[in-house]
Amino acid sequence: MNAFGHFLRRPEAASIISLLAVIAFYVIFGGVDLSKLFGAASWVNFAANLGIVAIPVGLLMISGELDISIGAMIPAGSMTTAILSGYYELPILVGMLGALSVGVLVGIVNGLLTVRTTVPSLIITLGTLVAMQGIILSASVLLTGNASVPLDAPAWAKFVFGQLIGGSHQIIIIWWVVLTVIFAFVVHRTRYGNWIFAMGGDRDSARNLGIPTNRVTVILFILSATSAAFVGMCQAILFNSAQVSGGMNFIFNAIVSVVAGGVLLTGGFGSVIGIFVGTLTFAIVNQGIYFTQIDRNWSNLIIGVILLVAVGMNETFREKALSYVPKKKKT
Amino acid sequence: MTERPPILELRDIDKSFGPIDVLHKISLKVHEGEVLCLLGDNGAGKSTLIKTLAGVHKATAGTILMDGEPVEFNRPRDAADRGIATVHQFGGTFPLMSIGRSFFVGVEPTKQWGPFTVFDRKKANEIAVKAVQDFGITRINDGDRLVGGLSGGERQSLAIARAVYFGARVLILDEPTAALGVKQAAHALRIVNEAKRRGLAVIFITHQVMHALAVGDHFAVLIRGSVAADFRKNEKTREEITDLMAGGESMADLEASVEGYVESHEGRLPPTNADE
Repeated sequence: MNAFGHFLRRPEAASIISLLAVIAFYVIFGGVDLSKLFGAASWVNFAANLGIVAIPVGLLMISGELDISIGAMIPAGSMTTAILSGYYELPILVGMLGALSVGVLVGIVNGLLTVRTTVPSLIITLGTLVAMQGIILSASVLLTGNASVPLDAPAWAKFVFGQLIGGSHQIIIIWWVVLTVIFAFVVHRTRYGNWIFAMGGDRDSARNLGIPTNRVTVILFILSATSAAFVGMCQAILFNSAQVSGGMNFIFNAIVSVVAGGVLLTGGFGSVIGIFVGTLTFAIVNQGIYFTQIDRNWSNLIIGVILLVAVGMNETFREKALSYVPKKKKT
Repeated sequence: MTERPPILELRDIDKSFGPIDVLHKISLKVHEGEVLCLLGDNGAGKSTLIKTLAGVHKATAGTILMDGEPVEFNRPRDAADRGIATVHQFGGTFPLMSIGRSFFVGVEPTKQWGPFTVFDRKKANEIAVKAVQDFGITRINDGDRLVGGLSGGERQSLAIARAVYFGARVLILDEPTAALGVKQAAHALRIVNEAKRRGLAVIFITHQVMHALAVGDHFAVLIRGSVAADFRKNEKTREEITDLMAGGESMADLEASVEGYVESHEGRLPPTNADE
């Protein structure tokens, strides 16, 4: 009972309940065969690609900022890799470093603009989102004369970034799990995590208490843009080609995952595990519908309802956490 | 008592933002174990003065001295390092953080965990709970509770306990009682007395004269960025102080002058002093 109460006050409580509710809903109303669902790769692949971007986006949200330029950073990452290593036939390492450098660069631009101006980061990253789309398209056409570039990655790069485990599960799933563990450790077990939460709670006070808020903000923006570029890079290596389009879905998908995962949109509250579970939930709703007898045109309705229910539960549980007063004495 | 230099002294502090003078020749002193009440109406320059003391703003002219030595605050951290701590109206500013975590924001205790340096939650919680209990708030006994779940008075106590724990010598309390009910306010005032008993210098900003009189040793009234009056306990009555805060003249005089102006200026109100 006590343990259950403790669970309900955690930021990820609602996301775990949502996840169970979605699975139960699909089983009861969609006639899903659970063993088939859990054996399937589609939604896990989907979750992993999304999840790697969702975590840094969620951390930015906890710190009180938003980054939607990730939508352009995924094709930017894959195109940079494909143009450098595919079209110009440079070593794959150059292409990969190029992709990640583009991520770092855009992250720095986003971060510096956010800390140096009073423009909300939503608007700033909307600007860099559109600008990056333009840059990718014109650079691709200008350099290669095409909007789609093939890439033939060497075996080792395929093995590390673009392998299909058992012929179905993308290796990026392992990257996702490892990155989740690292992020969860840093955010919840080290002092730096405390800084992110403090910044989301009250940026001015956090700065006055000596936290290098500007530096942390820029680093978080670098992480989100670079993570998106990393996902793009892995996709280019896996699919042997890169397109200038695509990636825009990631913006809303990531935000839905993060919010369903218990992160407060205005900052200061959330958890990495919550974002992880929120991403899983979103992926199961989005991809799991193919395992049901439900017409897949309904999936967006379910996503909308899940989002509202999850946020509603988040509010309730946050209230619970705030009003929590421990019993007189527990031994 | 021997004459020791005041712990904090302001000499002729001016502060202007561009062409606008906000503070004008402010001179104040506060000693150890003394409560200086800073009274003033909205817009009198109280916030600017606090921010100057806390290192958020830099004074345009004038000197700040601590223990008789001139000091310079370029950043909030400089003031904090010298032992000046500001506690704002709502106390804890991180409502969704736990007591232990918010207590140590920026100075988190850490321990070794294998090859990693991790946040020591247990130690943080223990220290935070003990510090706030020492201020008489025994209801707080779980450092994992969220700050937002505490009452206003408890949050103030937590913030003050935090400041004292981190070696504050001068405590600036920005309207600590403004958002509190009568009972909670009495509680906050008791904590001010406790801080004073421990030898801290307290600068207590308020526009509630009753609260100021309850704890103050020394009073300064701020009007339009200048110290309009500087007096010690029992030198002035409550009515006199209220009148001072209302603009340096008695309320009755003020009303009369407004009416006189309106009559002689075809019904227009007197101009404000913003363009002076």
